[in-house]
Amino acid sequence: MQAQSTKKGLLSITRILSVIGGICLILVIFLPIWKIELDAPQYPEGLVMKIHANKLAGDVEIINGLNHYIGMRTLHADDFVEFAVLPYILALLGLFGLLTAFVNKKWFFFVWAGSLVLFAILAMVDFYIWEYNYGHNLDPTAPIQVPGMAYQPPLIGFKQLLNFGAYSIPDLGGWLMFGVGFMLVFLAYLEIKTMKKHA
Amino acid sequence: MKKQYYKLLYILPVMAALNLTSCKPKTASTATSGDAAQKVYVAPGQHDELYGFVSGGFSGQLSVYGIPSGRLLKVLPVFSQNPENGYGYSEETLPMLNTSHGFVPYDDLHHVQISQTNGEADGRWVFVNGNNTPRVARIDLTTFKTAEIIELPNSAGNHSSPFITENTEYVVAGTRFSVPDDGVEYPIHTYKDNFKGTISFISVDKDKGDMNIAFQLQVPALNFDLSHTGKGPSSGWFFFSTYNTEKAYTLLEVNASQRDKDFIMAVNWKKAEQMVKEGKAKPRAGKYAHNKWDESKHMGVSTIKDNVLVLTPDQLKEVCYFIPCPKSPHGTDVDPSGEYIIGSGKLAALLPVFAFSKIQKAIENKDFDGEYDGFHVLKYESVLHGEVKKPGLGPLHTEFDDKGNAYTSFFVSSEIVKWNVKSLEVLDRVPTYYSIGHLTVPLGDTRKPYGKYVVAYNKITKDRYLPTGPELTQSAQLYDISGDKMQLLLDFPTIGEPHYSQIVPASLIKDKSVKIFKIEENNHPYVAKGEGQAKVVREGNKVHVYMTMIRSHLTPDNIEGIKVGDEVYFHLTNLEQDWDIPHGFAIKGANTAELLVMPGETQTLKWTAKTPGIIPFYCTDFCSALHQEMTGYMRVSPAGSNTPLRFGTGENAPGPDTK
Repeated sequence: MQAQSTKKGLLSITRILSVIGGICLILVIFLPIWKIELDAPQYPEGLVMKIHANKLAGDVEIINGLNHYIGMRTLHADDFVEFAVLPYILALLGLFGLLTAFVNKKWFFFVWAGSLVLFAILAMVDFYIWEYNYGHNLDPTAPIQVPGMAYQPPLIGFKQLLNFGAYSIPDLGGWLMFGVGFMLVFLAYLEIKTMKKHA
Repeated sequence: MKKQYYKLLYILPVMAALNLTSCKPKTASTATSGDAAQKVYVAPGQHDELYGFVSGGFSGQLSVYGIPSGRLLKVLPVFSQNPENGYGYSEETLPMLNTSHGFVPYDDLHHVQISQTNGEADGRWVFVNGNNTPRVARIDLTTFKTAEIIELPNSAGNHSSPFITENTEYVVAGTRFSVPDDGVEYPIHTYKDNFKGTISFISVDKDKGDMNIAFQLQVPALNFDLSHTGKGPSSGWFFFSTYNTEKAYTLLEVNASQRDKDFIMAVNWKKAEQMVKEGKAKPRAGKYAHNKWDESKHMGVSTIKDNVLVLTPDQLKEVCYFIPCPKSPHGTDVDPSGEYIIGSGKLAALLPVFAFSKIQKAIENKDFDGEYDGFHVLKYESVLHGEVKKPGLGPLHTEFDDKGNAYTSFFVSSEIVKWNVKSLEVLDRVPTYYSIGHLTVPLGDTRKPYGKYVVAYNKITKDRYLPTGPELTQSAQLYDISGDKMQLLLDFPTIGEPHYSQIVPASLIKDKSVKIFKIEENNHPYVAKGEGQAKVVREGNKVHVYMTMIRSHLTPDNIEGIKVGDEVYFHLTNLEQDWDIPHGFAIKGANTAELLVMPGETQTLKWTAKTPGIIPFYCTDFCSALHQEMTGYMRVSPAGSNTPLRFGTGENAPGPDTK
């Protein structure tokens, strides 16, 4: 493999996986990225909210109905500018991956890998801010008020919120994104290693 | 010496009494064996293996049980008003109980049939009969709601009903009380000359289930008691038991029990259907109501129709044949193969089994035993497969398992007797508590019985449960029939008086059960699909309130400007789209009932303003933690007052500033 790579070109494994990674990112546009599962004694069947690149799906209306007791704002896809731009960002990042294989330049690959990782971090930060705002900015006239209680769902993992247990985890699209991210970090490591050998 | 003889006289009766007591056989009333509890135990949160649809008799309703636990799951209102959920009181459900006699808010529901395809239960609909004001109802097994009720003209005592053909082509309805045509009167003693029997064939739409009276057969003025369709080779035939071949019209107890044999009427319905297709049936006047539930409008519509097609006796000589059957037969039941027909003469001491192939041969060979009212009577011996000798006393009904055995209920000797259909040999008997009427083996009247249980539905209860005064519940018993010997497992109370039932595997029904009605598909003319559409509209002295319900408020919950003499129609729409969140509605002084409104549904309660005052209304179904807050007020002002019509909830409630 090393024999195939030149000083500025990419390893063939990097080129192949970049194409696959790019396709995966484009697929993410059509898949649920994150999900928040809710369980309560009177919801043995569970409720779920699925976050897609462009919309909210699952039992959003039911969750909105329940949230009015604690004065949480109702969730509407229109309130999120993210849903308008996310599909384009994902498409762009995907294309970037395809181009990486085609351009076959190390610097191009590193820029792509860097932007994806940066995007992932920014997205999680954005998600956290939304969760914080929804969980804390409550209607002061809400019928149920528990002093000191906030209803911010966990970024990832489980948290008990009154009678509801909230479990926040990536969905299929999220796992794909994470997978692509880890793959790129690994490929970057390989590329740096070959660079050092050539040097 | 003499004294000692006297002593002996004291002792003898005492000894005799002791002796007699020890001779008296023990009753089997506690005869359940060790593993019975385990066999009926359905752990909390687990589902029963089978649904049981059990008739409510004089309650006019249909109950749903889980079997084998015997847990009552629901009572479905069919022919009787049900103030619990507003059935028969709400404006939408009133038309369902309309008849040619006007509003008849009760009936006597005896028999139950689950729709079939190829002679096997398909779990789409349940059909039930109304015995009193002759009606047949269809219940949709996705919503468990009464979807349709059709009345039968020129009929009375709709007892041999609602038995169905193998592909649910027809539901039949025979008259237990023969009568002249509706609206015609004669001296009662002219029964023989002027009264008629009627068998109605109600067609059922293959896909939608819609019923229509396809045709009627005019037959001799007998009492048609029960019936069952043929199966397989006999599937084009229907069998009706009859009594009162004496044509008595008074003291039937004695006068209808004189003849040694009455009849089972065999009907070649395929032939009758063909004759109707050829245009041979004649229209006859007869007013009847046909009531249909429109699921998209959440509303029943009643239509009065005024004639039916009838085939008259002179046309039926090749359609109906009479089979002599001992002593006032009650049940007429056809085994899973379709070859054997069992007639249960309720006063007979034997049980005749007829063979369909022999019936066919006798008809072919014109092997007749004279005529009855112009109809051929088949020769008893020629069509008999055999008799079960000394089976018990007072046989009523027979069901079947999947191993060639029959289970017959005996009212007088209060027992179930298991016997082999081919060999006619009695195999086992178990007591029932007490005086069994109908019995049901799951799928036991179809081509493929599920021969694991038999349920006895009894007429007398006495000491089976804790006493509740003179009026007791009725009792049912569940027996395991999977082994050679029947084993009593469970005793459970029922609603009303249970007659026939149908028990089917839960898998046929449970996954099709609807959870909510979609609000966007609600086409009720007075729906409010959101709080923005809630309003109050006055049309003369009629006021329409378009009210929404969602946890935990009603919109509008303040209404002013209602005046004495107004008819207020509360159209309640439940905006919830979540499983098991119904809301209820009750208003002070309503002369009707409460309402239960399912998610996505609209139901209407009419309320008349009689005196000025403040009238509270509220949700009656504990819907949420703030259910007690789900209330409202209506201000009723004197007639002619100038209180303006104002309404709203919260910020929109009529206050001092708003007009």
